[in-house]
Amino acid sequence: MLRFALRRLALMVPVLVGLSILLFAWVRALPGDPARALLGQRATPEGIARVNEVYGFNEPIVQQYLKYVQALLGGDFGRSIKTGQPVLDSFVEKFPGTVELGVTALLLAVVIGVPMGYYAARHQGRFLDTFIVSGSLLGVVTPVFFLAILLKLVFANWLDLLPTSLRQDPRIDATHITNFYVLDGLLTREYDAAWDALVHLVLPSVALATIPLAIIVRITRAAVAEVLNEDYVRTAESKGLAGHVVSRRHVLRNALLPVVTTIGLQAGLLLSGAVLTETVFAWNGIGKFLFEAIGQRDYPVLQGYILFIAIIYALINLVVDMAYGVIDPRVRVS
Amino acid sequence: MGLVGMTAGALLLAGCAESGRDGGEGGDEGGGTFVFAGAAEPELLDPAFASDGETFRVARQMFEGLVGTEPGTPDPAPLLAESWENTEDGLSYTFQLREGVKFHDGTDFNADAVCANFDRWYNFPEGVQSDDFAYYYSKLFRGFAEGPKAGDGIFESCEANGESEVTINLTEPFAGFIAALSLPALSMQSPSALEEYQDDAAANVNTTEYSTAHPTGTGPFQFDSWDRGNRVTLTRFDDYWGEPAKVDTVAVVAIADPKARATAVQNDEVDGADLIGPADIAPLEEAGMQVMPRDPFTVLYLGLNQKQKPLDDIEVRKAIAHAIDKEAVASASLPEGTELATQFMPQSVVGWNPDVTQYEYDPEKARQMLKDAGADGATIEFNYPTDVSRPYMPSPADTFNVLRSQLKEVGLKIKPVADVWSPDYLDKITGSPDHGMHLLGWTGDYNDSDNFVGVFFGTQTDEFGFDNPELFKKLQAARGVPTLEEQTPLYEEINADVMEFLPGVPLAHPAPSLAFGPDVEGYQQSPVNDEVWNTVSVG
Amino acid sequence: MTIPLPPSGAGTDPLLTTADDAPGVSLWRAAWRRLRRNPTAIVGAVIVAAFILVALLAPLLTPYEPGSARWSGQVTPTSVPGPSPEHLLGLDRFGSDLFTQLVYGARQSLVYGVVATAIGLTAGTALGTLAGGAASVGGRIGGWVDNAVMRLVDIMLSVPSLLLAVSIAAVLGQNPYAVMIAIGVAQVPIFARLLRGSMLSQGRSDYVLAAEALGLRKRRIVMGHVLPNSLGPTVVQATLNLAVAIIEVAALSFLGLGQPDPAVAEWGRMLVAAQDRFEAAPQLALLPGGAIAITALGFTLFGEALREALDPRSRR
Repeated sequence: MLRFALRRLALMVPVLVGLSILLFAWVRALPGDPARALLGQRATPEGIARVNEVYGFNEPIVQQYLKYVQALLGGDFGRSIKTGQPVLDSFVEKFPGTVELGVTALLLAVVIGVPMGYYAARHQGRFLDTFIVSGSLLGVVTPVFFLAILLKLVFANWLDLLPTSLRQDPRIDATHITNFYVLDGLLTREYDAAWDALVHLVLPSVALATIPLAIIVRITRAAVAEVLNEDYVRTAESKGLAGHVVSRRHVLRNALLPVVTTIGLQAGLLLSGAVLTETVFAWNGIGKFLFEAIGQRDYPVLQGYILFIAIIYALINLVVDMAYGVIDPRVRVS
Repeated sequence: MGLVGMTAGALLLAGCAESGRDGGEGGDEGGGTFVFAGAAEPELLDPAFASDGETFRVARQMFEGLVGTEPGTPDPAPLLAESWENTEDGLSYTFQLREGVKFHDGTDFNADAVCANFDRWYNFPEGVQSDDFAYYYSKLFRGFAEGPKAGDGIFESCEANGESEVTINLTEPFAGFIAALSLPALSMQSPSALEEYQDDAAANVNTTEYSTAHPTGTGPFQFDSWDRGNRVTLTRFDDYWGEPAKVDTVAVVAIADPKARATAVQNDEVDGADLIGPADIAPLEEAGMQVMPRDPFTVLYLGLNQKQKPLDDIEVRKAIAHAIDKEAVASASLPEGTELATQFMPQSVVGWNPDVTQYEYDPEKARQMLKDAGADGATIEFNYPTDVSRPYMPSPADTFNVLRSQLKEVGLKIKPVADVWSPDYLDKITGSPDHGMHLLGWTGDYNDSDNFVGVFFGTQTDEFGFDNPELFKKLQAARGVPTLEEQTPLYEEINADVMEFLPGVPLAHPAPSLAFGPDVEGYQQSPVNDEVWNTVSVG
Repeated sequence: MTIPLPPSGAGTDPLLTTADDAPGVSLWRAAWRRLRRNPTAIVGAVIVAAFILVALLAPLLTPYEPGSARWSGQVTPTSVPGPSPEHLLGLDRFGSDLFTQLVYGARQSLVYGVVATAIGLTAGTALGTLAGGAASVGGRIGGWVDNAVMRLVDIMLSVPSLLLAVSIAAVLGQNPYAVMIAIGVAQVPIFARLLRGSMLSQGRSDYVLAAEALGLRKRRIVMGHVLPNSLGPTVVQATLNLAVAIIEVAALSFLGLGQPDPAVAEWGRMLVAAQDRFEAAPQLALLPGGAIAITALGFTLFGEALREALDPRSRR
């Protein structure tokens, strides 16, 4: 297992090097000039020339790349052109927001999705099964941002129940240690702050959870249905084993593999869904910041963030692959 | 006439010792937190290095300049200076300072502090002289002690005459000097705090300790914390010389989407928000929220790039002007309170001319003029930005849409070209000749004519694509005149010339709107955004 | 890497298995037969057919031009005229006929979806064939080519697909082609991986071994047999991806990277534009939003039925 993990990590290296080159080329292929983005409408040609000189954007591109890599090897991801903040610092600051949102969404999807899929498989063809299956289809085909708009309209504008933007009420003077706001509230015993952060999580995480939820329902249903057809399940049932023992020991365990795979894949995709959701809900996370950075042509942020996301994405995939081995010893990781 | 009154006001205020900020309702118990949503985070907390509205919004709560503005107008008024006078030649200004003013760190505000600030600006190291930092100082005072602009500066010296009198000497007359001092970029900062926490020579002044955690001024609020990406928190400064703030705390948050800002106000997630979209105004009012338009100090225009045919033909430009129904443009795409424009500056600015040529809406005439010019059925590129709302242009796509149907009506073919505002659109319009007619505008920073027409037409630009040395010369001359009285006729003439030459069609002066929850009281809106929240109370 | 599945039993419907095993019936013929009997497939097919018909016949369905903004005078920031005899569904926010916009929007979605998916499919198939073919043929060069191609695919996969599409669209600027190319390119790695995977698994099947034993040249086996037999899952994926493409076009529009003209008849653009009038005129958002969802649903249902029909064991 360890050797497998090390090999996979080693394989990541060429991918990351390639990605860093592509990213570097990409940000510079973006039309428009970071200097002008920085100076805005008042930009003068002299001002632009000066900014380009200060940031070294007028040097030959290969030289710029070498400098960038040299800094990277020293652990320096550069500073945001817009805010001047070191890229790594801002990522560390904003990433908990995205994780908090993503984990909540994924939890929602798993906690609701797996039982629903299981139930549907056990009652195939019945009304509730049909209902669950069609509902999950709708979840897959509804654009996230459309759903987000609907949620906002219904729960904020009409029912006046839930907040629509930010991660916490600015009126609450909450202490932040980890930048996971709910966790912070619990750690500092500021329970109202934790509760408020939780309430702020509801709409964005529901919007973000729909697609993974729908997919998890469908995969669980299919996997369970397949296992139920297996001979060993029939044998177990005919042997007179209690229903719940069969479910736990045989059905769930064997159906888990594709479900875990799916959950892992969805965890990675949540990073990308976060761009839309965070933008709609003014959620302070990496997705929103990354999207704004495109508009700002904030080269160091774009390069750094996408690189971090790729690393995290790869690590999630690795963990998922390793989880196979744990769940199903038959799968020899190769 | 407004002009004379204004000019006189600006000078006569010298004798007026009243504070501009004393007009609160009173009687409120106060306390609580006032949460305000802007469109973006401040870039840093030291306003000397900023030029954007969001940074200034926060800075205005903490910092004050020698000069402020008369509430509700763009006109200069006493603030940290109680009065001032200047020599005949316009080269020397003497200020009488308000006494008993303290910085947030407990040090005294006095003549030495004023000179420390002026000397700091003048001695900015080369790294911060560029436009992304000391934009305003560099633009207004034109030079520094060292660096490439050494010797170009119009600042000569600052002399402290005792505790509360200070004289600023200039090397050239600068008629807009007093008005310029109302800019937050030129506000007074604590010399001792600067000494301790600020490093103007830092590799990046955006991230110095002072710029992120120790801004120290004389304003009614002092800095508490800045949770990046989340909020800036300020608390009441109890030793404030003027009317103490009614609320204990203010929090400024960023919500980029105008619709989301409106929803946040309605949902009581924030107490107030700026730049409310025109379409959100009526629903907010119906829901019992307060919507406050500012007096417009903006201009939105349709620029006509003369590098592109047939826009180089003055007859075609005039025909376009006749084809546009400004009334319809405003009602379809601009907020209530918008005024229609006859020239490239709002009425309250020096040199606004009531007698400029006006092009009344007459599609018939426009069609005929186009035919005569041989431009009937010509295809013209129309550039406009997407995904942006500016104070002068709340929903460009709507404005474009109305204009397009009006121009189609008179027989022009319109080729829409849309770009994302930053940086693509700005790049294309201001940095290349590759555009046709286009939407753009301006929000005045302070009451200065050059800040409008000078910015647009002062030199040959890619935006308008014309070379008119005579106009450039006139603007150059008007800028150098020492007093506002002498400037007025010059700018009036310039405005008349511009509207004959028609480098673009001024459309309107849109009124940027604020929205507040039902229990917010005492917010004084200002056309130049000089809004200080010490008078504000929340339910 | 393909997802390892536990050994699965036969399909649930015994009839299907017989059809599959029937001698002399080609893979596609059998699939067609199964497809006709599947109600889900029929619902999907009807939606897809209706969508294509509306797209093709748009000019016959409405007397107006799309994106004309002809009645822009009647629209104000606070009100949008609703249904009337001249305008079946009323006007859109820019003063065009809403029904016309929806109908022509189908056309846009079809073109965008198909072109984007075609780009992804073509490039992905090329890469997948290259890698899968090289790996199947084997040898040092084969392994090297396979490795190089797959690392490229890995790089593309290392960035989440919407982010990849956003990045590409940002480079290409605001025009219709940018969207098609961006979404198409973002799909390339999916197709490439899928095809390579199924080529490799086909390569291990008995008929290939038999052909090899008969002394046929490896390259011929791969191009003549392995590739055609591996295309099934790719075609299914393309159908499913059409749904994704249609949603992603809307998502890019939402992020401001799509069509430049605000009045254009494109569902995503319409949805975005309707946002700030949502309270005054919810139909402006609900109709295009619904249209996107239903169309995507059609392609998804049809695609999945197709997958089941082609491979009855992969019931999902």
